[in-house]
Amino acid sequence: MTKVTMTINGKPRSGEAEGRTLLASFLREELGLTGTHVGCDTSQCGACVVHVDGKAVKSCTMFALEADGAQVDTIEGQADADGTLNSLQQAFQDYHGLQCGFCTPGMVMSAAALLKDNPKPSEAEIRHYLEGNICRCTGYHNIVRAILAASGQDVPAVAAE
Amino acid sequence: MPKDSGIGASPKRREDIRFLTGTGNYTDDININGQTYAWFIRSDVAHGTINSIDASAAEAMEGVLKVFTSADFAEAGGIPCGWEVTDRHGQPMQEPKHPILAEGKVRHVGDPIAVVVAETLEQARDAAEAVEIDIDELEAVIDMKAAVAEGATKVHDDLTSNLCYDWGFVEENREAVDEAIKSAAHVTTLELVNNRVVANPMEPRVAVGDYNRAGDEHTLYTTSQNPHVIRLLMGAFVLSIPEHKLRVVAPDVGGGFGAKIYHYAEEAFVTYAAKVLNRPVKWTSSRSEAFISDAHGRDHVTKIELAMDENHKFTAVRTDTYANMGAYLSTFAPSVPTWLHGTLMAGNYITPLIYVNVKAVFTNTVPVDAYRGAGRPEATFQLERVIDKAARELGMDPVELRRKNFIQPDQFPYDTPVAVTYDTGNYDATMDKALEVADYAGFEARRAESEARGKLRGIGVAHYIEACGIAPSNLVGQLGARAGLYESATVRVNATGSISVFTGSHSHGQGHETTFAQVVSEMIGVDASQIDIVHGDTSKVPMGMGTYGSRSIAVGGSAMVRATEKIINKAKKIAAHLMEASEADIELKDGAFSVAGTDKSVAWGDVTLAAYVPHNYPLEDIEPGLEESAFYDPANFTYPSGAYICELEVDPETGVIDMLNFTAADDFGNVINPMIVEGQVHGGLAQGIGQALMEACIYDENGQLLSGSFMDYTMPRADDMPMMNVDHSCQTPCTHNPLGVKGCGEAGAIGSPPAVVNAVIDALHRAGHKVEHIDMPVSPARVWKAMHG
Amino acid sequence: MYNFEFVKPSTVEEAAAALQGEGAQALGGGQTLLPTMKQRLASPETLVSLTGVEGMVGISAGDGTVTVGGATTHAQVASEAASAYPALAALAGQIGDPAVRNRGTIGGSLANNDPAACYPSAALGSGASISTNKRNIAADDYFQGMFETALDEDEIVTSVSFPVPEAASYQKFLQPASRFALTGVFVAKFPGGVRVAVTGASNNGVFRWTEAEEALSKEFRADALMDLRINHLNMISDLHGSQEYRAHLVGVMTRRAVDAAG
Repeated sequence: MTKVTMTINGKPRSGEAEGRTLLASFLREELGLTGTHVGCDTSQCGACVVHVDGKAVKSCTMFALEADGAQVDTIEGQADADGTLNSLQQAFQDYHGLQCGFCTPGMVMSAAALLKDNPKPSEAEIRHYLEGNICRCTGYHNIVRAILAASGQDVPAVAAE
Repeated sequence: MPKDSGIGASPKRREDIRFLTGTGNYTDDININGQTYAWFIRSDVAHGTINSIDASAAEAMEGVLKVFTSADFAEAGGIPCGWEVTDRHGQPMQEPKHPILAEGKVRHVGDPIAVVVAETLEQARDAAEAVEIDIDELEAVIDMKAAVAEGATKVHDDLTSNLCYDWGFVEENREAVDEAIKSAAHVTTLELVNNRVVANPMEPRVAVGDYNRAGDEHTLYTTSQNPHVIRLLMGAFVLSIPEHKLRVVAPDVGGGFGAKIYHYAEEAFVTYAAKVLNRPVKWTSSRSEAFISDAHGRDHVTKIELAMDENHKFTAVRTDTYANMGAYLSTFAPSVPTWLHGTLMAGNYITPLIYVNVKAVFTNTVPVDAYRGAGRPEATFQLERVIDKAARELGMDPVELRRKNFIQPDQFPYDTPVAVTYDTGNYDATMDKALEVADYAGFEARRAESEARGKLRGIGVAHYIEACGIAPSNLVGQLGARAGLYESATVRVNATGSISVFTGSHSHGQGHETTFAQVVSEMIGVDASQIDIVHGDTSKVPMGMGTYGSRSIAVGGSAMVRATEKIINKAKKIAAHLMEASEADIELKDGAFSVAGTDKSVAWGDVTLAAYVPHNYPLEDIEPGLEESAFYDPANFTYPSGAYICELEVDPETGVIDMLNFTAADDFGNVINPMIVEGQVHGGLAQGIGQALMEACIYDENGQLLSGSFMDYTMPRADDMPMMNVDHSCQTPCTHNPLGVKGCGEAGAIGSPPAVVNAVIDALHRAGHKVEHIDMPVSPARVWKAMHG
Repeated sequence: MYNFEFVKPSTVEEAAAALQGEGAQALGGGQTLLPTMKQRLASPETLVSLTGVEGMVGISAGDGTVTVGGATTHAQVASEAASAYPALAALAGQIGDPAVRNRGTIGGSLANNDPAACYPSAALGSGASISTNKRNIAADDYFQGMFETALDEDEIVTSVSFPVPEAASYQKFLQPASRFALTGVFVAKFPGGVRVAVTGASNNGVFRWTEAEEALSKEFRADALMDLRINHLNMISDLHGSQEYRAHLVGVMTRRAVDAAG
């Protein structure tokens, strides 16, 4: 076991990890941050997406030791301290961009990364960017609308032909 | 003005807050002090005889508590099947034992052989590699028709063959249907496959067993759509634990789609092992493990014939289906190709004679059971594909052929020749709406524009009907169900007026915590924030049959309405007493009781307080307290229906399909929360489009699952989906439940596959490719092959 | 997965020394290696992380060449090589998905040489030079079949130098589940001739389609390929496409690459 220290959602956190401990497992099991989910074992589904040093990564496909000393942001750190949802989270609620909630943490973290790079993405850009995040409930329709809304754009009731 | 609360409003979902902040409580988030970890050793061959299992080296390894094999379950029952189908000769289906761990033979890749329990998961996994298992591989039975051929290798030695049942429906019509087809003016025949798919809720299954020695009490935390059903099946049939000693909790569950209805071996294992070891035991499925242990869906091979007279009126339908059961009978598997399939073969149409034959077959594959829609998608797909083919053969517009045969609004209630009675519907209305929203009339101009870009544009129409609100108990009992299909609710009003509703329905994405509260809020007039919806814990909710078959609002919601009505009746008695008025004159409006024709009123909270502080109270007439339960068992299924239109482009060079537009015009009867209903349709459509275009569960001839992970099983992504036009303005309310609701969970997955395939075939035909059918998933490679031989 | 010792050297020399150890393996971004290890299909005793090795990250351009450090992520190439070598940047931007591109590295991809990976087609199609801690290897000598390369066990891809062509394009036909290439074609037009590299299609991994190169070297137009058919017999056949379909896609994707390269 090795001691690992990261700055998680702005606060220093430490824990023990083996070489093989995945960042996702470290967050969930060592630190109790169970908001990050694991939905596959082949790096497709994206339920585990967190930000490491400001970049979206799949925390199930990275070792905890690789994140030693890094800044890590997870779903738990997105809302304000008083619990107020940030604008992206709020848009997901407003536009019914989630159902069972399991893919949601990764979906929100990916969408946040998109908006950081591209503050006004088109519908097509949103759909393309989300290729590493699988949702089985929503058909993506309302996720796309939520992200459009969070970026301050008009949200079509349906697609413009 | 749209409402902002109550029935018909779209308030934001209250459950979203915890899901959006990472504070949900899914089963894998539960960790109990002293917890151990189970690793299942699963068969890597499809069929084989187990000669020996030697776990001695593994049991000596660091951290290992015990290695379990079938010998440890000698006293336990098998995993039960909840539905017995009677075949066309009046004989019960063949029902093999489904052991918790393989007994003597393995019958599919993934069949559990042994389980290592250790202090850590990795220790369990390390030790699993040291368990020596000697298996003689046997010939795998994969193809269904070969499985029932003379002399085929048997999946179960103690059965007479691999045929589970040969079901005929309606058997008395068999000869009349044959005759009608012989004498028809036109018969259209189509052979097709309804592809095997995997439900793949994003949360893999998890089970945590806990045992309290002091009270001899078992607790199972599990990813289930119906914890009470698991309690019943596992307690009564597998582990012999009485209900009062067994608590089953299904907390936040990350999607189900059918795959989390069933009682699985892993649930029984962790429950039992927790007692043996006197330690909590946790099992978490990986996605790859889910592919070989979650029940699969669909997998029918069908030939359908549609007979018409010279006026293009349908005269008869005959279908022959081979339905894959897999290696064992999953909980509701036998009902899917029979009662959930044959009874829908009338579709939305007047067809006087129908005969459905289904041969259910055992193979060396993962068990197959209900997946979103379950039987009804298979029925709809055949019917809506063969009608499209018939229209093409007759040179008719496929919409017109459908309209010509629709059951008309004045014919309801309508008795079909396949034993069900549709209560309401208006199929021309949904068809009109879909054509309008999709701008069907403007298609040709769009097609010409596509053609100019070198693309083949097609449009496909389908109209579906489904039977939802799965019930009534007396009917399903006659059909072979081994459980009732009512739902229960308890409404507990607290002294201060806040309300806890305990429902047997289970929400795993459907938003019941929001919609159910809307209904009670509307009925009583208290703010929804004062109402909690409690579900998913057998220690809190008295009884429940759970959530599947689009039944939650129609059955569970109705039970809640009934219990709330009892609450209101009792509260009125208390209010009458408080206001010294006649009970008959008491009115409840906006959370206050008043006496008709007077200005007397008492607030809801005053009445609820009186119920618990009964100083001024009609104690001689009614008991203190304000808590009521109801069990609701509906008189009929509900019958949602709708028209779906798919518009797409085919790239003739590669066969790639670009989904351009999808329109759904559904009749769900009354709608409680339009936002949530639309979301349910979006999700169903994505699963139906996924099945139609990309999802394929493929076994090779040796029974190896080739599509065993997300590396090869294609899940629909955001860029595979179009924006969807979803309309639910056509509403013919259900006539037999108090809310007039029909259910909306499965519709999208039922109506969309034929619309998609019809659109592809339409695109190819318009470009001169005389392709009659392409089996799902209609992948680019299959389209290209169909076009170029 | 099996446990291992994790080491994170800071120089190429330290990394190479660590790789001399029994059962040692290099770890780039891990986007293929980790899923493989989860299935217990790989069991390194030591993983040597290359992400902290100095001088292995970054992109430089000059003298008609773009050089990419071996530990440079796909996302960096997608954004930072966009002006110097647009087709290379576009290819990097199509690998996996955004989160995968933030971790996966060019060195990792080339060392693994998955038959359906994108990067091998860019390296072979550009006639790149693969630099290691020991030598420079021409792309034509580097790729030696499915998952096989010229690398020794303790050899690290430190950088890759791509000659920048006059025109180039990568056209990828997605394997829809994995997001690898069902068939991907990289076409690059140099003053001395055209190179065409195909990934995802062949049982031998990435390869050059020499007939197409000859035809395009004479006339760089998609029409020049109309009569060419590639033999399907050595193509991959799986549940996503037959040999014949892949052979057909090689033609289509090559023509589209020529059109897109302009």
